[in-house]
Amino acid sequence: MSYSDKVLDHYSNPRNVGSLDKSSQDVGTGLVGAPECGDVMKLQIKVNPQTSVIEDAKFKTFGCGSAIASSSLATEWVKGKTVEEALQIKNTEIVKELSLPPVKIHCSVLAEDAIRAAIHDWKKKNNGVAQNVPATTEARQ
Amino acid sequence: MSTDVKTIPQEQHIAPNGIKLPIYMDNHATTPMDPRVLEEMLPYFMEKFGNAASRNHSFGWAAEEGVETARERIAKLVGATTKEIIFTSGATESDNLAIKGVAEMYKEKGNHIITAVTEHKAVLDTCKRLEKYGYRVTYLPVQKDGLVDLDDLKRAMDDKTILVTIMAANNEIGVLQPWTEIGKLCRERGIIFHTDATQAVGKVPVDVNKQNIDVMSISAHKMYGPKGVGALYVRRKNPRVQISPIIDGGGHERGMRSGTLNVPGIVGLGKACAIATEEMPKESCHLAGLRNRLRDKIMGRLDEVYINGTMEHRLPGNLNISFAYVEGESLLMGINDIAVSSGSACTSATLEPSYVLKALGTGDDLAHSSIRFGLGRFNTEAEVDYVADRVVETVQRLRELSPLYEMAKEGVDLKSVKWAAE
Repeated sequence: MSYSDKVLDHYSNPRNVGSLDKSSQDVGTGLVGAPECGDVMKLQIKVNPQTSVIEDAKFKTFGCGSAIASSSLATEWVKGKTVEEALQIKNTEIVKELSLPPVKIHCSVLAEDAIRAAIHDWKKKNNGVAQNVPATTEARQ
Repeated sequence: MSTDVKTIPQEQHIAPNGIKLPIYMDNHATTPMDPRVLEEMLPYFMEKFGNAASRNHSFGWAAEEGVETARERIAKLVGATTKEIIFTSGATESDNLAIKGVAEMYKEKGNHIITAVTEHKAVLDTCKRLEKYGYRVTYLPVQKDGLVDLDDLKRAMDDKTILVTIMAANNEIGVLQPWTEIGKLCRERGIIFHTDATQAVGKVPVDVNKQNIDVMSISAHKMYGPKGVGALYVRRKNPRVQISPIIDGGGHERGMRSGTLNVPGIVGLGKACAIATEEMPKESCHLAGLRNRLRDKIMGRLDEVYINGTMEHRLPGNLNISFAYVEGESLLMGINDIAVSSGSACTSATLEPSYVLKALGTGDDLAHSSIRFGLGRFNTEAEVDYVADRVVETVQRLRELSPLYEMAKEGVDLKSVKWAAE
């Protein structure tokens, strides 16, 4: 298996590893994947209630190097975006940025799902406006 | 692939403590050749290049002499006679010849074959092919420790059973099946017992008479010999076993395996066996010592680490362990200067973990996070210490990254979680 330099970099120096308080009103948590399938991602966002800007993001991932890199990259990308902007992030952009081979595309899909799940969770906590957000799609394609 | 791709492992380099990297610890896949084996082989490429089947000149005689010395050495290692050793291209061919050869020869007697689910693909796929030709195959399950249950075996035997094929040592988890007892059960019922002893010969004592073995596959490159050469032991007496050839031609190897002999390879296999006969007692102690050191250094510093397969009946150089809450491929990535194998096949599109570990009842999650360490003749204590340190550091780092480890530490029962992907 070969990995791109960017995957190796995220694997060796993952960004934004950690956890936020999932009971906090400002925090949305997404947990996607399954242990049996070989990857589980937890992605959390802390959203400014006034501006809807994602001020902080943390992740933890059980999975291969590409899964770790995809979720690490996802936290970098969502930070500073509004939730609506973050929802525009597509798995194909992650594939491109990390030069993921075809067998690793599911890692990027999972990362996109994790972003959506975290936003969904945050919206649900805040006035139940979550119905505008597409629910988590199937983790694997 | 784009241009900015790095291949793992990287080129050879030296660790701060003087260890050469990468470290090879995948000796069940193949072994490096012993320099003494190479030295023995070299004359048979240029000077003694003759065809061992050429009977009327000295070139042929010299080659034949090399082959016959090798035959004696192999026979000696496993307690056989020289006429019972047939040379092949390797263990895959030996398995094919044994199983197809017996099936064909004894088809009047019966059509039932018994094997086990943890066999090598060379055995399983051969059996599957025979099923297409009308043979009936029973695939025995294994117990949690990786061993077949002798009562299961007894129950599976019927009056149509002609062959039992069960490996001596497993290539993934290194467990040693109870061959002596399996052989005895077969002998009592007049059933032929074949064992794929690829991983066992040269590593643990093998005696075809004491262990009631009728047909046995042997490979050179798993015991510090060259690739592309192997042997099949076929019993001549008590009982005499006959096999039909699968390759037709000049009638070499008493008609069982036609084709000009790979003389240098055979000489190498012979020398590898001679070294094993001489050095096995000392070497197996050395390997078991290294293996246990590796196990203790890893398990002493990490929780939730599980050994796959029994430690009691096992190859001295094998350690197969699962690290809960980390994923196999990322673990291998973290120890990319160490050559080992993973039970995870998640680099393939199927995402299917090892069928051997699954047969033991290991969950998919633990099967994905397993590593096979195969220690060999040339591994050192310093290498073992380096490997243990790297594994422990990497697992700790990945667990810090793992949401599953975090949840487990918070007391969440992971089995009760409703996962999105299910």
